[in-house]
Order: sequence, then structure tokens, then C-alpha cells
Amino acid sequence: METIQFISTILMPALLEGLVITIELVLITAPIGFLLGILLAVERVYGSRPVVLLCKIVVGFIKGTPLLLMLFILYFGLPSIGIVLSGFSASVVGFVMCNGAYSSEYIRGAMGSVKEGQMIAAQALGMTRMQAVRLIILPQALRRAIPGLSNEFIYLIKYSSLAYMLTVIELTGAGKLVATKYFTYTETFIVVGMLYLVLVTITTIAVMLLERKLAVPGMTTAGRSALDIL
Amino acid sequence: MADEEYILRVENIHKSFGELEVLRGVTFDVKKGETICFIGPSGTGKSTLLRCINQLNKPDDGHVWLHGEEVTNSGNRINYFRQRIGMVFQNFFLFDHLTALKNVEIALIKVRGMDPKEAREKALYELRQVGMEKWAEHYPAELSGGQAQRVSIARALAMDPDVILFDEPTSALDPELTREVLEVMKLLAEQGMTMLVVTHEMGFACSVATRIMFMEHGIIQEQGSPDQMMSDQTFERCKNFIGKVTGYGTD
Ligand SMILES: Nc1ncnc2c1ncn2[C@@H]1O[C@H](COP(=O)(O)OP(=O)(O)OP(=O)(O)O)[C@@H](O)[C@H]1O
Ligand SMILES: [Mg+2]
Repeated sequence: METIQFISTILMPALLEGLVITIELVLITAPIGFLLGILLAVERVYGSRPVVLLCKIVVGFIKGTPLLLMLFILYFGLPSIGIVLSGFSASVVGFVMCNGAYSSEYIRGAMGSVKEGQMIAAQALGMTRMQAVRLIILPQALRRAIPGLSNEFIYLIKYSSLAYMLTVIELTGAGKLVATKYFTYTETFIVVGMLYLVLVTITTIAVMLLERKLAVPGMTTAGRSALDIL
Repeated sequence: MADEEYILRVENIHKSFGELEVLRGVTFDVKKGETICFIGPSGTGKSTLLRCINQLNKPDDGHVWLHGEEVTNSGNRINYFRQRIGMVFQNFFLFDHLTALKNVEIALIKVRGMDPKEAREKALYELRQVGMEKWAEHYPAELSGGQAQRVSIARALAMDPDVILFDEPTSALDPELTREVLEVMKLLAEQGMTMLVVTHEMGFACSVATRIMFMEHGIIQEQGSPDQMMSDQTFERCKNFIGKVTGYGTD
């Protein structure tokens, strides 16, 4: 009885505030990371040699650095060269870099799986290379990249908890504060975990619906069958 | 424009891939309304020649003119010329993520800047021309090869090109489906469309072509009207080649 009262009057209000921050972090990061991913992927496939090299180095650097370390550099390191970011902004910048780099790998792979004839036919109609990429290649590649991209989105939900290390009180941080204050570690972190699970489940269902909506006969049958099982 | 004027002039095209010299000086002129069929053994550069005309392959040497304007070395204007030079491929290359209708209208809207409603009308009209209006809302994966090829012809037609290049349009099709595509092409020829057709279909070449060009080893070895080809001595090599092809067929 006491536990239920603790959860509903003390824990949940605090966690919901944190949850809002987590959702903000994710919803701001995801679209920017997605665009960065597209940009990096397109440049790596169609860019000039120096640009390709630059993108490779950027992606390699981001993939090779622990995210937490990157966040520390952005938050604690940058002020020494005059760039001061709030904990929230530094987190978003770090998450965007991480999400963009990994997303670009999925998108690049999917672009490689688009048949060569698609580009040839587009150019034969008078499309510029960039038009062909935007109108023909990306719509096909992004459909195929949905499973990978949605995994990245789910990782993002979970690693957004690292923002707590930059003093941002998101879901995990809010839980930690309550748990420490009331000495209720078990109850608190179980509820926190369940909230993450809810977020991930909602995402998974949304992705399936999206995949089904965008499914094209003969191109992407995965979405349909996955939803049929549900 | 005088009747005699040439729509397309191809002059001394050379193209190598590394060490391999594929085209060794190809020259010919095309008048409005002509249907020219290219035949010849595999690997003699027929596809490469078509791709050099719309610069999908850049020729090493030589020139292409469309209505007296140079297509080769035209920089960004190549995208204008490609609208005027349609192309139909052996494997159709329909855009997999678009319905038949959208396949036909996308370049109208995005390249020609046509109003979407108008483009839709035009796309439906072209699909009707090739007997595919009923299939407008279907995706490429839902079409037979013959249907897909007819949609790709509609896609080329929609741009109102001055000339259409066909690269073995029926080679990926069963005999039955081949017929439905050839009928469409024959109709186009009768309506006065200018066409360059790489094909192994001798029946089509003899009945529809105004000129037949026999290519071998990167040059046009023999050329003339279908009648000349049937009667003349000059088409010796060509006949020899056809004999081999049809010989395999009847075995
Ligand atoms: N992009 C390329 N890179 C390297 N070699 C090529 C390329 N395209 C064509 N070739 C080579 O050029 C030669 C001529 O090819 P092409 O496709 O023009 O012949 P073709 O006459 O159309 O033959 P087919 O009847 O088999 O279609 C072939 O040996 C081919 O391997
Ligand atoms: Mg060929």
C-alpha cells in the first residue's frame, strides 16, 4: 500500500518530468541525426574524393570514440576554447553526431543495394545526379534502411540517459534523484525501466506501421509480414 | 525545317574501355521519321553506341548533333538533350518504388516542371497509347516483362522526344511478350516517331526499319534498306550472321 502511494504521489510526478526531457532529447536529435545520416551517406557514395575521405574520417572518428567521452569533450572541454554549451545542447550535439554517423552506415548500405539501372534510367530522362538521388535512389534506399534506422532510434532512446552525466535531469536522472532521497532503488529503477520499455514498444509499433504504409510490392515485404505476426 | 534535314547526326564516334576499343569511328545521319535497326554480334558496341548518343557513356572522340545543336561537350545542357532523346532499356529499368503512372509522370513534373494535374493527364494518355492505362496504379513488380517494357516506352514517349533509342527492348522477353512490345513499336514507327533500335528481331527489322545497319568490331560494316539486305550481295557478312542466329533458333 505504502509502495503504491509512494509511486503515484512522489515517484511518478518526478519521473514524468524526466520523461518529458528524455522525449525532448530524442525528438530533437532524431530528425537532425537522420538528415546528417543522409548527407554523410550521399556524400560518401557520390561525393568527390576529398569529400568522401573527409566523411570517412568523421564517421570513423565518431564511431571510434565512446559517446560519454564525446559528451564530456563537448560539455567540459569546449568552454576552454570559448564555446559554452548547456548540458542539454551538448547532449543533443553529441547524440546527433552519434546517431548521424551510425544512420549513415545503414543508409549507405541501402543505397548500394539499389540497382544501377535506376540511376541510368533517371539520368536518361534528363534528371541531374542530385535529382536522381533525391527522387529515385533515396526513396528506395530509405525504405530498405528502415529496420536499421529504427534500431538506431531505439539505441538513442536508451543512450539519451547519458545526458544525466551532463547534469540534464532526464528519465534516468530523475529516477536516481528520487531513489537516493527516499532510498527506494529497487522500486524506482523498475518503474524507470518500465517507462523505457513503453517508449521502445511504442517506437517498435510505430516503425511497423510506417514500414507497412511505405511498403511497395516487390521491394519491401518485410514490414507486412512482421505486422501480420503481431 | 526542310524534309531532308537530319534530326540526329552521329560523326566519327570512338570509345574505348581501358585497352578495349569498342567503337572505332561510327558515323551516320538520321532523318525525321526514320526507324534504323542495328544488328550485329554480341560485344560489338551496339549498346555503347546508343549510350554515347545521349552521353551516358562519354565518347573519347567524335560528335553528336541533335537538330544542329551539339550534344557532345554540352556541359549541363546535356540534361536538356536527354529530355529530347528518349531511351528504352533491355531490362526496362522502371523505378521500382513508383506505380506505372508515377513512373511516367515523374520526369514531366520534376524535370520539365509541368503542372502535376497536366502531367497526370499526359501520363495516362501515354499509358493508353501502349495499352497500359488499366495498370496505371500497379507497381513494376506486379507487371509482366512485356507490360513493364510498354510502361517504359510510355515513360520515354511522355517527354515528347525527337528520337527514341531502344537497346534490345525485347531480349529479356518470351516470344509472346515480345510480340506485344514490337506491336507498340511498329505503331510508333507508323506514327512517324524517329527510332534507333538495337535488336535481334529480324522480322521486325525487315518489316519496320527504313534502314538496317550491321555492326561488327566497333564499326558499321554494312547498311541499307531491308530490301537491299534481302537481295544485295553487299550484305554478305550480315546474312552470314543472321544465318547463324536463325540457325540456332530452328535447331
Ligand atoms: N562500362 C564498361 N566498362 C568496361 N567495359 C565495357 C563497359 N560497357 C561495355 N563494355 C565492353 O564493351 C564491349 C561492347 O559492349 P556493348 O554492350 O556495347 O556491346 P553490344 O554490342 O551491345 O553487345 P550485346 O549484344 O551483348 O548487348 C563489351 O566487350 C563490353 O564488355
Ligand atoms: Mg547491348
